[in-house]
Amino acid sequence: MDHLDLLEQQSVYILREAYKHFDQMCMLWSIGKDSTVLLWLARKAFFGHVPFPLVHVDTSYKLPEMIAYRDRLAMEYQLTMIVGQDEESLAAGRTFPATSHLPVGHPDKLDRVQCCSRLKAGALKATLQGTGVRKRLNLKTGAYEIDPNRTPWNGVIVGARSDEEGSRSKERYFSPRDKNNAWDVGDQPPEFWNQFKTDYAPGTHVRIHPLLDWTELHIWEYIARENIPTVSLYYDQGEGTRYRSLGCGPCQSPIKSTSKNVSDIIAELKSGHLRNIAERSGRLQDGKHGLEELRKDGYM
Amino acid sequence: MSDSVVSREQMNIVIVGHVDHGKSTVVGRLLADTGSLPQGKLDAVRAECVRTGKVFEYAFLLDALSDEQDQGITIDTARCFFKTERRDYIIIDAPGHIEFLKNMISGAARAEAAVLVIDAKEGVRENSRRHGYILGMLGIKQVVVVVNKMDLAKYGQAHFDAIEKEYREFLAGIGTVVPKQFIPIAALHGANLTTRIPEMAWYTGPTLLECLDGFRKAPPKNDQPLRLPLQAVYKFTGDGDDRRIFAGRIEAGVLKVGDDVVFSPSNKRVKVRTIEGFNTEARTEIGAGWSTGVTLSEEIYVTRGELISHAEHAPMVGTRFRVNLIWLSKKPFVTGRDYKIKLHTQAVPVRIHEIKKVIDASELDSDLHKDHVGRHDVADLILETRIPVAYDLISESAATGRFVIVDGYDVAGGGIITGSVADEQEGLRVEARLRDFAWVHGSVTSAERVNANGHRAGLVMFVGKDGVGKRKYARALERALFDARKQSYMLDGNNVLVGLDHDLAVDAAQAELVRRFGEVVNLLLTAGLIVISTTNAIGLADHGSVQTLIGDAPSLVIDVDPAGASTTACDLRIRGSESEAEIVTRVVDLLVKRGMIPGLV
Repeated sequence: MDHLDLLEQQSVYILREAYKHFDQMCMLWSIGKDSTVLLWLARKAFFGHVPFPLVHVDTSYKLPEMIAYRDRLAMEYQLTMIVGQDEESLAAGRTFPATSHLPVGHPDKLDRVQCCSRLKAGALKATLQGTGVRKRLNLKTGAYEIDPNRTPWNGVIVGARSDEEGSRSKERYFSPRDKNNAWDVGDQPPEFWNQFKTDYAPGTHVRIHPLLDWTELHIWEYIARENIPTVSLYYDQGEGTRYRSLGCGPCQSPIKSTSKNVSDIIAELKSGHLRNIAERSGRLQDGKHGLEELRKDGYM
Repeated sequence: MSDSVVSREQMNIVIVGHVDHGKSTVVGRLLADTGSLPQGKLDAVRAECVRTGKVFEYAFLLDALSDEQDQGITIDTARCFFKTERRDYIIIDAPGHIEFLKNMISGAARAEAAVLVIDAKEGVRENSRRHGYILGMLGIKQVVVVVNKMDLAKYGQAHFDAIEKEYREFLAGIGTVVPKQFIPIAALHGANLTTRIPEMAWYTGPTLLECLDGFRKAPPKNDQPLRLPLQAVYKFTGDGDDRRIFAGRIEAGVLKVGDDVVFSPSNKRVKVRTIEGFNTEARTEIGAGWSTGVTLSEEIYVTRGELISHAEHAPMVGTRFRVNLIWLSKKPFVTGRDYKIKLHTQAVPVRIHEIKKVIDASELDSDLHKDHVGRHDVADLILETRIPVAYDLISESAATGRFVIVDGYDVAGGGIITGSVADEQEGLRVEARLRDFAWVHGSVTSAERVNANGHRAGLVMFVGKDGVGKRKYARALERALFDARKQSYMLDGNNVLVGLDHDLAVDAAQAELVRRFGEVVNLLLTAGLIVISTTNAIGLADHGSVQTLIGDAPSLVIDVDPAGASTTACDLRIRGSESEAEIVTRVVDLLVKRGMIPGLV
């Protein structure tokens, strides 16, 4: 077994533990490379099947390539695909891009973190708890329809990696969230060997992190080994730029890179100019403690 | 699938030790000296220190969370990454404060090697000892001890030697941890982490980095007896998939297609038909470490928690075992109460059978003479599970010899199994296992019998005092099931007494009567019948022995209790004032609910 095998086998074990213990389970799929690897690992764990819904929180500011790719894979893999959105904030223009024309100090102006806390953390919370609208992909017609099922999910699989930034390096594989989705980082349960926290009080849920030990490089190496399809935005299309990490259009910028395929990216990460540059450096909402505060409030 | 991608070797290392002995400084300095910090990070932290008037510390690099910066101590395990020519490392920086012991354990439980930090000035402190003990319990064999802040001890060799001697003596008392190396360091100045300094020319051993690079990845445990805890049985029907897959991770040994395997504690024996996988080549054998799935030659009814092995190297099965345990919950571990034990994939009720000793892990020769196990205590106990479980001693097989205890919703403690302890059923249990492993099967499988009969085999046992009508109800149930075309048979204990037991003396040992009765029940169950019986001839107290002999076959105990004073554990209690028809209906409902029969038509 090489190191990718070890990582893969541990992730499969975690996914199976989660599926066994949580009767209402879903997997968050951001359409990015990490959660797409997670989706692939689910097919490994369950012998080609994905026996739970995939949930995408669509801020409406995602790049169109991401949405097209999501729906193509969902149809091909016959996924139970659920999409949630904060329609209210979008309709009322309560977002960072929609208020960016307002002068600094205006009471209605929203900064990036405030926008994230609505369109991502807030929409995620509402979708998970079933208080927000869930739309489900009809695999026959390819259209999204309102899902009558509003049962809260008590097990939520997330593709967070500990090398991404500080707060994620403190996560457990099985990480409890209270009734308000909040994460108490100072009082986490012990994790002995492979015995995880699989008992939980009614109304609470557990986040499951099968990719915690993976690094960005491992993700790309695994994508190469398994031939996993990824969004074209990760590759230079001839402009000399590509996205290293995918978020919303207004809050991310592509990096300078001429990597045109997976093996170019692996080379670039191993010895190229990205070797010592943080992956999320192109994500503008992180800042000092920004992401940590968002995560305490339920952000993935 | 492309095999051309080969990922670099990676090792998880935990840094432990008493609070303020400099763990975070060791980590920060290792990151800096191996060039593993993100661009500009070091300068940014230095600038922040200048701005706030703080003296720069490498530990600041790791303080990613605001909680932590405020308290100035590591509260949770944080992971960070560095690399050498040899391999990549994940460092798990574990907190040294006793309040955060559960976080230290979470970090250390993931580690393949440990660096234990001792402050040269303060010497061996209580958490130096406690952490050493825990590393042993967690099974971490590769340990290096660094004696930090040697600059404060004037780089004195005698000082270093004294600490090494004291700590080696302490660890020798535990016996499970023997450090590979003691290294004198001054983390703040980088001494003996990656480079040597003239002040400690007297130290000729490896630097910390050389020592870490000298550690080995544990090879897969392919040469050990097969241990495959059953994680789940899958039957996904999408896309016409009709495989019934028994899934789990091989913790030790090798499994091959065609292997004869046994399930414990149910003692079922089958052949492996295929090894399944997704996006991988077909396999005929698979080794330790793989989360796999197999199909079997025969449809058997088993659930999560069974341990798959080869018959000649089967695990222990029983209800009592001796353990070493560390307790982490604020609520103590007390006698007389049920908890849940999670042992590989089993989860069953457990309680303390006997407390041998409760100690403070920082003073190993202490006996606290407690009648409970308090927070952060370490205990030597005998535990008792409500039903038999499959397990190994920690010395035989690590993954199947360790467990956690759950109290309510929380993991409250964890430990290792150091010995097996016989319970009252031990003799019969061994008999049943040897019998089942050696069983000669006919050409009709039990699954085929279930299909043909339309129900599973099982035992319904009426218990209660003499003269309450047990036999009457047994007969009524037999009739009702028979009329509904179920294969029911009333086995009266008397019929075994007058025939099979004819050779036994009138005052023969009760145990032998019960044993023979239980073996007869087992024969009838393997024939696929629903056996209905009473404790008339064998005595109520011996119902447990019958259950041991029939293993995991489903059984119901119906307590007939007109006086309303019975405390017998049962599945259903009836007063005898009900009509016969009503009693039959209630038992049948229960049979349906337990999945033994599909319902009467």
